[in-house]
Amino acid sequence: MSEPVLKVDNLSMDFGGIRAMSELDLEVCKGEIVALIGPNGAGKTTFFNCVTGIYNPTGGDVHLHPPSGEPVRLNGLKPNKVTEQGMARTFQNIRLFQNMTVLENVMIGRHCRTRSYIAGAVFKTKATRREEQETVDKSYHILEQVGLADAVNDFAQNLSYGAQRRLEIARALATDPFLLLLDEPAAGMNPQETSELDELIKRIRDGGLSILLIEHDMKLVMSLSDRIFVMDYGKKIAQGTPEEISANPVVIKAYLGEDIDA
Amino acid sequence: MFQFQELKKSLLVSLWFAFLTFPLLVIKVDPIERTVLWRWDNMLYVVLGSFAISILVRVFNVQKERRRDRRASNHTIDREPLMQVVLREPRYLYPLAGAALLFALLFPSLFSIYQTNIMITALMYVVLGLGLNIVVGLAGLLDLGYVAFYAVGAYSYALLNFHFDVGFWIALPIGALLAALFGILLGFPVLRLRGDYLAIVTLGFGEIIRLILENWNAFSQGPSGISNISRPGLFGIDLSLEGSILYMYYLMIAVVIFTIFVVNRLQDSRIGRAWIALREDEIACQAMGIDKTRTKLTAFALGATWAGMVGVIFAAKTTFINPASFTFLESAIILCIVVLGGMGSIFGVIVGALILILLPEHLRALSEYRMLAFGGVLVVMMIFRPQGIVANIRRSYHFEKKPGGEGQ
Repeated sequence: MSEPVLKVDNLSMDFGGIRAMSELDLEVCKGEIVALIGPNGAGKTTFFNCVTGIYNPTGGDVHLHPPSGEPVRLNGLKPNKVTEQGMARTFQNIRLFQNMTVLENVMIGRHCRTRSYIAGAVFKTKATRREEQETVDKSYHILEQVGLADAVNDFAQNLSYGAQRRLEIARALATDPFLLLLDEPAAGMNPQETSELDELIKRIRDGGLSILLIEHDMKLVMSLSDRIFVMDYGKKIAQGTPEEISANPVVIKAYLGEDIDA
Repeated sequence: MFQFQELKKSLLVSLWFAFLTFPLLVIKVDPIERTVLWRWDNMLYVVLGSFAISILVRVFNVQKERRRDRRASNHTIDREPLMQVVLREPRYLYPLAGAALLFALLFPSLFSIYQTNIMITALMYVVLGLGLNIVVGLAGLLDLGYVAFYAVGAYSYALLNFHFDVGFWIALPIGALLAALFGILLGFPVLRLRGDYLAIVTLGFGEIIRLILENWNAFSQGPSGISNISRPGLFGIDLSLEGSILYMYYLMIAVVIFTIFVVNRLQDSRIGRAWIALREDEIACQAMGIDKTRTKLTAFALGATWAGMVGVIFAAKTTFINPASFTFLESAIILCIVVLGGMGSIFGVIVGALILILLPEHLRALSEYRMLAFGGVLVVMMIFRPQGIVANIRRSYHFEKKPGGEGQ
C-alpha cells in the first residue's frame, strides 16, 4: 500500500447523549478511490462533516498528509482552513450558489487560492487583473473537464440535476485539492448520467487525486472503488476490496436483515 | 381567454369581503341618539374594490401561467427583458449613462433651487441605498440598524466641528472610518446570527446608538442637538446660501459617481463573489474555502463606510442635527429603497431611491397616505416582483471554443 493522504483514528462524534459515530478508523491512500457505504442513518455524512470541519469531533484524530510537507491535524479547524489544506467536498443535498452563474460557482472555488482584496478590486491593479484572468481561465478549464463548458453563463439553479452534481464536483476541484470527498454524487441520476459520472471520477483519479466517496449505487461503488468501508449504527462493520465486501455476511445482514430461521 | 369561472370566483371573494366588513363599515350605531345609520354606499365600494383587485390578481396569474406554458412547450430561448439587455450591452449603456449624467449636471439650471435641494436629499439616499445594498443585497445580511452608521458619521462631523473646528473635508474620511469601525463593532457579536435574529439585533443596535445620542447630554447635547455646523468649504471662498446648495449638489453628484464606481468594481471582484456566495449558502461557502468571519465583517464595514460619509454630508447640508433624524423609520426607508429597487442591483437601487424620495416630495398633497402607500407598494412588490424593479444581473463571460482551449 502506498502512503496515506488521509488518516482517521478512533474518530467519535456525540450529539448530546447520542453517539452518531464511534471509534472509526479509516485510511485513504494516494491515488486511491475509497468508498464509504452503509444503510441510511449509519453516520456516513456525520463522518464527512467531522472530517471537513463542519462538526468538531468529540474524540479521535484526523490527519491530512499533503503531498509535500508535514501532516496536518484537522480536528477543530474551520471548514475553510480544511479546504485550504487541500481537501474539498461536495454535498449530499446539492448546495450550489443558485443565483450565481455556473462559471461564478467554480470561481468561488478559486477564492482560497487567490489573494486580491478590496483595494485590488477597486483600483483593478495589474496583479488583480492577472489573478482574475487566471481564475476565469482555470474555472473554464475545469468546466470543460466536467462537460459544462456550454453552460458557463447559465444560472446554477437552471441546470438539470445531473449537471448540478457535476458542477458541485467542478467547484470542489477548483480549490486545487489532492483529496476529494464526494457525498452521494450519483443520487438522483439516471443510468446514463451515472455511467458518465463513473468515467468522470476515474478521470479525476487519473489526474492524481485521491477520492473518498459515499454512495448508495452499488454498481457504481463496485466498479469504482479500490477499497470499501462499511458503516452501520455509527460503527465500522467491515472493510476490504469490493469482492470481499460483496461476499461479507455481516454486510449483507446490515443491508438485508437477518434470516428469521437462521 | 378569461374564463367565466374566474369572474365567479372574484364575485364570491368580493361578496365574502362585503359580508366580513358589514358590521364595521355599514352599520354605525349611535348610542346617545339611539339611532342606527346604514351606510350602504360603503358596502358598494367594498364590493367594487375587492372585485377589481381580485380580478387584477387573477388576470396576472393567468398571464403568468400562459407565459410559463409557452416557454415549456416550445423551448425557445425566452427573450431577455429590455432593461437587462440595455444594462448589459455597453453600446446602449454608455450613451444612456452619459445622457443621465448630462441631465444631472444641468439639473440646477433647469429647475428651481428648491428642486435642487430635494434632489440633494434623493442623491444622499442613493448613496445610502448603495451602501446598504452591499450588506443586504450582496452579502444577504438583513441590517435594520443601518441608520446608526449614518448617525455616527453625522455626529462625528458635528462634534469635531463643534469642539475642534474641524473642516468638512477632513471630517469626511474620519466619519467614514468611524462608521466602518462601528460596522465591525456591530459585526462581531452578530457573526453567528442569520435572518430574523440578525435583523432583531441590528434593530437593537440602531436604537442603542439613537438612545445614547438622546440621553448622553454631556457628549451629544441630547435631544436639542448640535447647531451651527459649518457648510463645506470651497478653498476658503464664502458662498451664498444658493451657491452652497449648488456646491452641495455637485458634491453629491461626485459622491454618487464615486460610490457607483467602487460598488460596481467590488461586485464583480473576488470579494464581491464571496459576499454573494455567503448570501446563497453559508455552509457551502465555508466549505469552498471562504473565511466567513472576514467576509461578513468586510461587508458590514464597507456598508457602514458609505453611511458614515453621507452622515457627514447630511450634517454639513442641514447645519443642524439631533437624534430625531436617526430613527428606525430612516433605516426602514433605506431598506425599502434596496428591496423596491432590486437587491444587489446598482441601477435598481438608484431607481428605488429616486422613486421613494422624490415621489413623496412631489405628492405632498397626499402626505397623509404616504405610509399607507408605502406599505401597499411593498406588499404588491413582494407578490408580483420579489426580485425588485430591476433584477440583478450577473456578469457573463465569453469564451472562444477550441478543444482544450483557453478562455478569453
